[in-house]
Amino acid sequence: MTLSTPFSSKVSYSFSWVGMVGLAIIVFWAVIALAAPHIIPYPIGEIVDEDYFGPMSSKLLLGSDYLGRDMLSRLMMGARYTVGISLAAVCIACFTGTALGMAAAVIGGWFDTILSRFLDALNSIPSKLSGLVVAAAIGSSINVLIVMLAVIYTPGAYRFARALAVNVNTMDYITVARTRGESILYIIFSEILPNIIGPLLADFGIRFVFITLLLSGLSFLGLGVQPPYADWGALVHENISGLPFGAPAVIVPSLAIASLTISVNLLIDNLPKKIRDRSA
Amino acid sequence: MRTFVLNLIAHRLLIAGLTLLIVSFAVFFATAMLPGDTATILLGQAATPEAVAGLRAAMHLDEPAVFRFFRWLAGLAQGDLGTSYVNNVAVADLIGGRFVNTMRLAGITTLIAVPVALTLGITAAMFRGSLYDRIVTILTIGVISVPEFMIATSAVLVFSVYLKWLPALSFANEVTSFWQVLKVYAMPVITLAFVVSAQMIRMTRAAVIDTINTPYVEAALLKGASRPRAVLYHALPNAVGPIANAIALSLSYLVGGVIIVETIFNYPGVAKLMVDGVSTRDLPLIQSCAIIFCIGYLALITLADIVAILANPRLR
Repeated sequence: MTLSTPFSSKVSYSFSWVGMVGLAIIVFWAVIALAAPHIIPYPIGEIVDEDYFGPMSSKLLLGSDYLGRDMLSRLMMGARYTVGISLAAVCIACFTGTALGMAAAVIGGWFDTILSRFLDALNSIPSKLSGLVVAAAIGSSINVLIVMLAVIYTPGAYRFARALAVNVNTMDYITVARTRGESILYIIFSEILPNIIGPLLADFGIRFVFITLLLSGLSFLGLGVQPPYADWGALVHENISGLPFGAPAVIVPSLAIASLTISVNLLIDNLPKKIRDRSA
Repeated sequence: MRTFVLNLIAHRLLIAGLTLLIVSFAVFFATAMLPGDTATILLGQAATPEAVAGLRAAMHLDEPAVFRFFRWLAGLAQGDLGTSYVNNVAVADLIGGRFVNTMRLAGITTLIAVPVALTLGITAAMFRGSLYDRIVTILTIGVISVPEFMIATSAVLVFSVYLKWLPALSFANEVTSFWQVLKVYAMPVITLAFVVSAQMIRMTRAAVIDTINTPYVEAALLKGASRPRAVLYHALPNAVGPIANAIALSLSYLVGGVIIVETIFNYPGVAKLMVDGVSTRDLPLIQSCAIIFCIGYLALITLADIVAILANPRLR
């Protein structure tokens, strides 16, 4: 704990420009995802180019895909699936993981031990492997994908939240609250949560990146989002035969994924210290 | 003191064993609980009620799932991986040769990635804050935050589309000369090495910097040792444990990477077999492959823990 003057606390809320660039790119993709159905130049199913794997041109800004469909439109619609599915999954994972983690830290005892042991075991299944097994067993509709991604990344969120909450749990004001006779829910939400929310938000971002990468990886293997829908990973999968020609249809969706994940990483790395290290 | 360390290690191994049990349970139930009757699916057109009942009895499908789980586990322990649903071949025979292929790919990658990553990680820590360090850091973060298939496709674009040095997405089985072996393995190995080294560089750098930040290294710098000398002679011996831990941990990223790399380069390994098995829903095959990968992953993570215990002089 360092002493901070009002001045330094004001300064520490300012963003570095790298973080701003990251934020701008994230906002850009969010806007694209929301507005996609209204701004795509061509319907995504329509074949607009008589040639397949067409190059970038003024008519088709990002060229055409393996059937001659407009790549720009498909990429914009793909943003909806990549961002939407990942965001839904990361919300469920972080909410469940954080709630369980804080509960485990506050309740302690056998509840903590059994839950931790079980979730640690789940955590030692490689994430792609769980994805493959679930895709084989249940198939991969969008709802299944969201739940699956959420379940895979819940143990990590649990472990992170529990570690933070255990630290806070030893503070005097928690003992005071306990002695006062407050309920467990009160202690969790009013005493612990406000003190760990900053690092939890950073963890939320990192987990979003993991989930986006796993979703793209599964879709790339053809086991994620299924046609007629296509997220960015699926776009690479269906156009992979254009790779030997260096077609934009293969390169552009990859770049889109990279731009999103790298931006989130940049934003988190450059978050104001005040938010990121609040519990430190 | 010795027994204390041995106890710690035994405890780790016990936890690993328990974890493996829970993991195999999870894998079995994820695949066994699927909707639809396996016997009906297998028989397809020939699914008369008698035939279905017969097959169900033969496959022990009438028993409760828990019994089937233990039967499967017992078979697994004896090396009986079951029979493929799709072509009625023993799963062990399907996996056999491919397992060697996957291990070879992982082995070559390790041989290349470890020295490169250690050199880059240690030198980056040595010249922390320099332009060199910043370039290395940015590159590793870049590699870590993009999907593995993007590294693979970029490698193809660079080496076979633009430079035309290597064949694109094909894996030739007729390998005759050393030169051809090199060409065939180059692209999968480059991709995997990138994925694994990025993690390894990051962790090695962090481990060395942790040691550099201790007072005794500061003392060495103050007495006039140069930065390389302070790092290589004073800091490094104490960072060996954390570095070994970092190596084992980052090698666990091979498991995820190999799934993508074998698929994209059509490499005849276990991961490709498994991905093909998923599209045909060949459950015994998927279960066995999943368990193999989980064992590999768990072994590396446990190894990392044990190395960390052994390298901590306070425990010895």
